[in-house]
Amino acid sequence: MRYLVLLRGTNPPTPPPAELMEGIMKLGEEATKAGALLDTAGLQPSVNGARVALTGGQLSVTDGPFTEAKELISYAIYEVRSKEEAVEWANRFVKLHRDLWEGWEGEADVLKIFGPEDFAGPPA
Amino acid sequence: MTAGVETHRAIETVWRMESARLIAGLTRLVRDVGQAEELAQDALVIALEQWPRDGVPDNPGAWLMATAKHRAIDQLRRRTNHERKLQEIGRDHSDRLDPDWDDDLDDQIGDDLLRLIFMACHPILSTEARVALTLRLLGGLATDEIARAFLVPEPTVAQRIVRAKRTLAEKQVPFELPPPADLSERLASVLEVIYLVYNEGYAATAGDDWMRPTLCTEALRLGRILAGLAPTEPEVHGLVALMEIQASRTAARTDADGNPVLLLDQDRSTWDRLLIRRGLEALTKAEELGGLLGPYTLQAAIAACHARAATPEDTDWERIATLYQILAQISPSPIVELNRAVAVGMASGPAAGLERLDKLMDERVLQGYHLLPAVRGDLLAKLGRADEARVEFERAAELTRNARERAIFLARASELTA
Repeated sequence: MRYLVLLRGTNPPTPPPAELMEGIMKLGEEATKAGALLDTAGLQPSVNGARVALTGGQLSVTDGPFTEAKELISYAIYEVRSKEEAVEWANRFVKLHRDLWEGWEGEADVLKIFGPEDFAGPPA
Repeated sequence: MTAGVETHRAIETVWRMESARLIAGLTRLVRDVGQAEELAQDALVIALEQWPRDGVPDNPGAWLMATAKHRAIDQLRRRTNHERKLQEIGRDHSDRLDPDWDDDLDDQIGDDLLRLIFMACHPILSTEARVALTLRLLGGLATDEIARAFLVPEPTVAQRIVRAKRTLAEKQVPFELPPPADLSERLASVLEVIYLVYNEGYAATAGDDWMRPTLCTEALRLGRILAGLAPTEPEVHGLVALMEIQASRTAARTDADGNPVLLLDQDRSTWDRLLIRRGLEALTKAEELGGLLGPYTLQAAIAACHARAATPEDTDWERIATLYQILAQISPSPIVELNRAVAVGMASGPAAGLERLDKLMDERVLQGYHLLPAVRGDLLAKLGRADEARVEFERAAELTRNARERAIFLARASELTA
């Protein structure tokens, strides 16, 4: 089953330490080699994006930045055998920030992507 | 959810994620895959006792490994002492209690996993035993899960695993990578096991027991792990590419009623672009590593031709026909020839396809194979030879054991009557 992990956070004024970037690379490599990580990428600040909305029948396109308490920072798609496994990978990712970037705060949403298993019959 | 249940879930998850590496590292230590598995499970039992009380450690994998390692060393010491007491001092066990273990164990994890894969897929074992042992040791699947996936009784699987472990111990199969001279042959066995697991899951449709589709995911995971461990082996990437691209079509392979949908009739918008991209990347890696393309890479290249085509009409059938021609040379089989005839029929017209196909009519292995008359019927229908085509489709319907396929063939036969 597949999970989308969205990382949202507030960056401290200091730039991300090199150790953190290295830790993220290592964790990504580990998750890739474990066959779990399918795709991941960093997301630019919303100033470089746009929002398309439908309100009261009206389509509108607004350029960023949007006022959000926290910026979306990255996403990752995992192929795992349970929600707990996806949570564990997300946990390891957030722990890296705790251990290596003083003052960083944020959260990772772990969202299940619909897959064939959601349409299969009950276990025999 | 109570804290206890949550901890148990956490432990189960960590086991799934870490057990293969644990068992691999421990096998290196104790040189016995059965004992290594027991040690790993002992560590898990200790975790079950301690984690609900003390909390899940920050690095659970390392915790389990350290715990299992201590138990292994205790056991070896005890055994060494025991044997010493039995005045077997003459046998030197110092090599088995090498103090360097602790230091180099963690660096060797990748190699250890690779060794474990080669061990579980050793040709000394029957194919069924290789499959069961691989899923058990590398996939962390429980015996009942393997049994359910392969539709065999649980005691049968348990027996296979026990016997496989005993055979490995008795024949003293070393925990090492095969010598270079044997590498490609042994690697072929590893790839075969993974692809067998994949096909077992892929052949099942969505309506079946949910364990079977998860076999596909499991095989893909094993393939991806293997690609990470043996990145310079082109066929490993070839197999991963083949599995990723085939898996990308999962949602399109059956209709709302669960009927199979043939490749050319599939709704391509439901093909999984992420898996296609990953498959094409893996294929590029395999091709860049050079050398002669192996059977998995060739099949992946054929699958890629379909994946790259936005519509069936865009398919590069000439390339597919060429790839089948190469495949027929390195890994000849009547099935490959049958597929080649289909590709030739698409690339150069039904008459050319039929000409190739008719050379296969006497192939013994294909007698009773429903796709032979099905393909022939299709080519004849395209040539406007409706009466002959109808006979072929009726024959295909008679031969297939799949009720849904039979309905499709009968439908095509009746269309031709009209």
